[in-house]
Amino acid sequence: MALRGNLRDFTITQLLNLINLAGKTGTLIVEGPTEQAQVSFREGKLAYARIGREDGSLALVLHKANKINANQFRAIADRAGQMTDKELGLLLINAGYVTQEDILLNLQAYFTDAIRRLFTWVEGIFRFENDMLPPEDRINVKLELENIIIEGSRQLRELEQLQDEIPSLDMALKFTERPLTNVNLSVDEWKVVKFVDPKNTMRQIAGTNKLDELEIRRIVYGLLQAGLVEVVRPAGSPIPTTNPKMFPTQDKEEQKTLINKLIGRIRTM
Amino acid sequence: MQTVKMVVTGPFSAGKTQFIQSVSEIDVVATERKISTEDERAVKSSTTVAMDFGRITVDEDLVLYLFGTPGQKRFDFMWEILSEGMLGFIVMVDSTRPETFREARSILETFRAYAPTPFIVAANKQDLEDAWEMEDVRNALRLDAHTKLLPCVATDRESVKTVLLELLYSILQEMESKK
Repeated sequence: MALRGNLRDFTITQLLNLINLAGKTGTLIVEGPTEQAQVSFREGKLAYARIGREDGSLALVLHKANKINANQFRAIADRAGQMTDKELGLLLINAGYVTQEDILLNLQAYFTDAIRRLFTWVEGIFRFENDMLPPEDRINVKLELENIIIEGSRQLRELEQLQDEIPSLDMALKFTERPLTNVNLSVDEWKVVKFVDPKNTMRQIAGTNKLDELEIRRIVYGLLQAGLVEVVRPAGSPIPTTNPKMFPTQDKEEQKTLINKLIGRIRTM
Repeated sequence: MQTVKMVVTGPFSAGKTQFIQSVSEIDVVATERKISTEDERAVKSSTTVAMDFGRITVDEDLVLYLFGTPGQKRFDFMWEILSEGMLGFIVMVDSTRPETFREARSILETFRAYAPTPFIVAANKQDLEDAWEMEDVRNALRLDAHTKLLPCVATDRESVKTVLLELLYSILQEMESKK
């Protein structure tokens, strides 16, 4: 069954969130108005990305990062056409042009930048191809998505969409089981994170930090998208099934009997 | 005569009316109107603007009413009215239309804020080839691991019964846990 749709309805940050939470392996293909993007993931982590005609090759990445000059880039293209990126990487390391760390950092920066460009796409059709891996001749990275998701969420500016995502500020937040480590948060985001507790509503957190409704919603949206927090009813608010109008009787045993009658009736329908 | 009610909510064209129709012993009292916008007309020709209303008689003393909410946001003033006094609610989502997931999330959060009652989420049209996988629906709707998400086919009576039963089990579980 397919994970496919339109970017007008499902943003890149939401897709990254899905891939991150599900720990998916495969390739996200986005057909934009003028070019195509391919972003590959292994177990929910970014492995490789390319947009349009750029092939995401190691030579291109190092050239763009000024680690090799134009002549060296051309020479590699001419002479190392059949070489995989791993082989080329080893060659460049052994020749003293770059270090292994240079290669990994520059690939990470290049792929992250490709995702940043994708954030600006508002038109396009996407599909996720399970188990479609990046080209074998390319070097893969293993980059956590949380920071990229939070960065993408910061760009959401439309109050209407944020109100859809977080309709009530009278709900509270709690941390999920995902660890809050190696996450790059802004000062305002940290101020909100500091007060994440089922006892505090989002409205209270906003009031304490002097954030307006748009600001608190945008920050919470980013934390939600990154899977770091979830929305819960505030601690101390009525617990379920206390509304006296729910049942025609207030006797607890009679209420249970009534539910069991309903179960029995529906089972035999 | 004792009456209790459950609410079936969800985005426009998620299958709420069909869900109620599949188990109601009366023809669903639907308050439908012709669709006014081009986008919505492309999906279906008429929609619920006030509520759908179905009934399941348990015995001569007890009746369960099923209320379906209108899907479009412009009728959300009806949601709070319909949610008052409900035993629990079902959020229906069309698994083949990811463009409605954002609205489903919003409806879910809105209902959770209205009423502290048990709820479950039914992923409708799971029989269709282009339906999103259950795990993807769960993540897209941001449901935590404790929230019940069930596959559903609103035209299939057995599937609808399973969803209703799961909600009743959740209600019973809540009552037991408060002992």
